[in-house]
Amino acid sequence: MAQLIDAIVYAIPYLMSGLGMTLLVSLIVVVLSLVAGVVLGVGLIYGPLSLRWLIRLLTDSIRGIPILVLIFAVYYGLPPLGLNLSSFWAAVLALTLFKTAQVIEYTRGAVSSIPRGQMEAAKSIGLIFGQRLRYVIFPQATRRFLPPWVNGVTDAVKGSALVSLLGVVDLMQAINQVIGRTYEPMPLYLLGAVMYFAINYSLSSLSRVLERRYAYIKE
Amino acid sequence: MSATPLLQIARLTKSFGSNQVLKSVDLDVTAGEVVTVIGPSGGGKTTLLRCVNFLEAYDGGSIKIDGREVGYVDNAGGRKRGEVDLAAMRAETGMVFQSFNLFPHLTAEQNVMLGLQRVRKKPLKEAQEIARHWLDRVGLAHKTKSLPYELSGGQQQRVGIARAVAMDPKILLLDEITSALDPELVNEVLDVVRKLATDGMTMLIVTHEIAFARDASHRIIFMTDGSVSAHGKPDELMAQVASNERLRNFLSRFSAATH
Ligand SMILES: Nc1ncnc2c1ncn2[C@@H]1O[C@H](COP(=O)(O)OP(=O)(O)O)[C@@H](O)[C@H]1O
Ligand SMILES: [Mg+2]
Repeated sequence: MAQLIDAIVYAIPYLMSGLGMTLLVSLIVVVLSLVAGVVLGVGLIYGPLSLRWLIRLLTDSIRGIPILVLIFAVYYGLPPLGLNLSSFWAAVLALTLFKTAQVIEYTRGAVSSIPRGQMEAAKSIGLIFGQRLRYVIFPQATRRFLPPWVNGVTDAVKGSALVSLLGVVDLMQAINQVIGRTYEPMPLYLLGAVMYFAINYSLSSLSRVLERRYAYIKE
Repeated sequence: MSATPLLQIARLTKSFGSNQVLKSVDLDVTAGEVVTVIGPSGGGKTTLLRCVNFLEAYDGGSIKIDGREVGYVDNAGGRKRGEVDLAAMRAETGMVFQSFNLFPHLTAEQNVMLGLQRVRKKPLKEAQEIARHWLDRVGLAHKTKSLPYELSGGQQQRVGIARAVAMDPKILLLDEITSALDPELVNEVLDVVRKLATDGMTMLIVTHEIAFARDASHRIIFMTDGSVSAHGKPDELMAQVASNERLRNFLSRFSAATH
């Protein structure tokens, strides 16, 4: 028992710094993919035909590739093209691409669920495109966008463990490193699981609060 | 003295694929005039109104408001106006929709205020005053804070009218604004339109309410299959019933259905 506690006490600082890395990777991925995904999602709906095809091609390709392959493809595939990314940024880029494809779909689904008449009414009072999105379409689409997106955020936190494959010392990699030194796998994996769970449980609680906050639109 | 018409539609054509929906429509509306368009469904009435607001791009002919071509820089099929210019032109034409199309996330008052604040750039206070004034005019002073789903169809449509007229448009376009309403709610909406007509609002109205068209409008246009088949002052139009078979059929079918 004492040995177990010793192992945990020894592990905590490493896990904490790994946790920090996990949160950092998740945050960057979530923010970048949100911005890119919403912009491209809007392009997919309202853009000219050529742009729509291009975005479709992008999302279909990304979704057709297993994320593991995507990570290695970015890591090993870009340097020959003259783009040298650190393993951190290669991992973040791959996860962001993956996530962006999802956000594009959520955006398309949410925005195209708004009846055509909303855009037309917004046009008829003289709002320009950006205003129509901001004041009319997005406030209504948010309600449909949030539930899958927040689920996607918890996926991103879990999926960020894949960066350990490129040697980035996130929570997962920190756990593995400590186990390599202490040979106490079970308590450490449990501890790691608790940490991942704590983050994701807070996120899904937050999503329930958000959903209630946006439930004011009755059909 | 004949003033230049506010709205000038000349040789207007519009096709959806191979289906020519508007076949050379000519129609002028002078400031202060109320013009009603009637006709069998599928005849292109909605498309005509949508072209005037450039919700639909037309193919040929011309639509001018105060002498400016709607939607296009020079002529139909040419270069379209930029987003800002287009929006500014649309703000000059109010549109009321058959299905209301209120913004469901905004209160009645906010529905009316949105264009005032974002397009007319009115400060909050002034936008609110104008919105309340118009909601009062349509008999909804007590519903300013209601969300659309809390309102009856007739009330929603009156908010729709307030939203359009509050922008102080040069012309108001109304597309079968009572068709989606329960019969007992039709009159409260038509009364509002009658009041606007009395106040001199220029309106182009598509309706199936023939009695309303007869007593509220200066001129009636009878449209079938994408062209104007008859037009004139209400009594002039009715005088053409004997000579115009399609008009006779339309009106008789109509009265058979409503009586
Ligand atoms: N967006 C559209 N795409 C294809 N066809 C359309 C579209 N809108 C209207 N139409 C066709 O145009 C014709 C005229 O329709 P519309 O203008 O709605 O007539 P009305 O309002 O007189 O009933 C119909 O045949 C209709 O099917
Ligand atoms: Mg119609």
